[in-house]
Amino acid sequence: MNGEFAISWTLTRATARRVLAQLRHDPRTVAMMLAVPSVLMILLRYVLNNPVALDRFAPVYIGVFPFVIMFIVAAITTQRERARGTLERLMAMPLGKLDLLAGYAIAFGLVACVQVAVVLVISLTWLGVSTPGSAVPMAVIAVLDAVLGMSLGLFASAFARSEFQAVQFMPAFVLPQALLCGLVVARSAMTPALRWLSDVLPLSYAVDAMQRISASAAWSAAVSADVAVVLAFTAAALVGGALTLRRRTR
Amino acid sequence: MQAHGLVVRRSSHTILDDLTFSIARGQVTGLLGPSGCGKTTLMRTLVGVQAITAGDVTVLGLPAGHPRLRDRVGYSTQDPAVYPDLTLAENLRYFGTVLGLRRDRLKAAMSKTIGELDLKGLEDRLVGTFSGGQLARVGLAVALLGTPDLLVLDEPTVGLDPVLRHDLWQMFHRLADSGTTLLVSSHVMDEAARCDYLLFMRDGRFLAEATPAQIRRQTGAADLEAAFLQLATGTRQEVAQR
Repeated sequence: MNGEFAISWTLTRATARRVLAQLRHDPRTVAMMLAVPSVLMILLRYVLNNPVALDRFAPVYIGVFPFVIMFIVAAITTQRERARGTLERLMAMPLGKLDLLAGYAIAFGLVACVQVAVVLVISLTWLGVSTPGSAVPMAVIAVLDAVLGMSLGLFASAFARSEFQAVQFMPAFVLPQALLCGLVVARSAMTPALRWLSDVLPLSYAVDAMQRISASAAWSAAVSADVAVVLAFTAAALVGGALTLRRRTR
Repeated sequence: MQAHGLVVRRSSHTILDDLTFSIARGQVTGLLGPSGCGKTTLMRTLVGVQAITAGDVTVLGLPAGHPRLRDRVGYSTQDPAVYPDLTLAENLRYFGTVLGLRRDRLKAAMSKTIGELDLKGLEDRLVGTFSGGQLARVGLAVALLGTPDLLVLDEPTVGLDPVLRHDLWQMFHRLADSGTTLLVSSHVMDEAARCDYLLFMRDGRFLAEATPAQIRRQTGAADLEAAFLQLATGTRQEVAQR
């Protein structure tokens, strides 16, 4: 285990560049990653068809849609890396586990920045969402939420034996969190058992942070606390992902 | 490179059954046997990606899978294990960087392996569009990239045309002459004759370990194919231990 968690900037950057190059050769995937959250927002605008409700719900969904998409993309990408044998090849080479995971995090984090920027601009201009909170802090938190989704996807993929299973982790891991994060029913209105469950799930804090930052122009201590929890879950998922990567198989 | 009492068991199924052997430096050692006999598992233990049930394996003076071996052992699997959604150059650049090659050394290593494996002109094409033979060579190119001291090649010549196969075997011997140790697996017996030393394998055990000439002499068979058949059907015969 010694040195297993060392991180090399050169190798992390090379990995991030490689993942971005793979995406560049797959423009359709990139187009979908960038367009889907915005299309869903447009849909939400017309489904609600009520400016007051839209102003309340839109910021939350700006955090949730990229979270979900990044979860799936990351889970499938790593599962593919396993199935093709490239992961085993890399594990036999002098690449640190965290070099690999951090490389993924940086590449998908950059994609998340563009993804969030697009959905935010469309929401705040065309769809006319107006909130007391300002755009930049909202963007920061939405990107952190997307990176959280990505790290959870990387971690979850360790338990998938096939791409088919990896896809099913979306409903299995993400939908329960979506039900419990305060999107459907306010967390304060849940029964104690559900409230407790909601308290230990990462998406609850991601959504809380988004709700708080859009409700007020100031960056409050409560937002900082939510962000700290989101970052802690992200780091834990990445380290968990590194722990579940095996250099040897049985 | 040596192994002592090597056993690999996977859920009560014994894949490698108490193997003790050594592989000489600067030689091409052939690992031959029918598919499913444990060749790939044996190669995986040498590279250090397969957990060992019992025994020990020493590679270049270190236990197999030691972190210091990771840039000294080149491994190419039967599946090419490269990124189909990257170009050839992008694949080599990434794996080369991981192996510790930078700038000029990376460029030199890339153009050398591209030339050696007859992949010139394909640098900017997506690997996913390559033919089976080209793809196999990309996998080989990655294994050769870091000029490793030990090359473990799992069925490197499958699906290649005879001319290219001939060229590759010449390259293997050139590498061996310059001090590289090669372990090459195959299930085609006509390749056995091209090796300096042979490990004949069946059901997780060695039927014979000797030079091609020794095996022919001991069995009295006309060719190695007949020799293998004779060894496989008869009782397990020790042929001229080194």
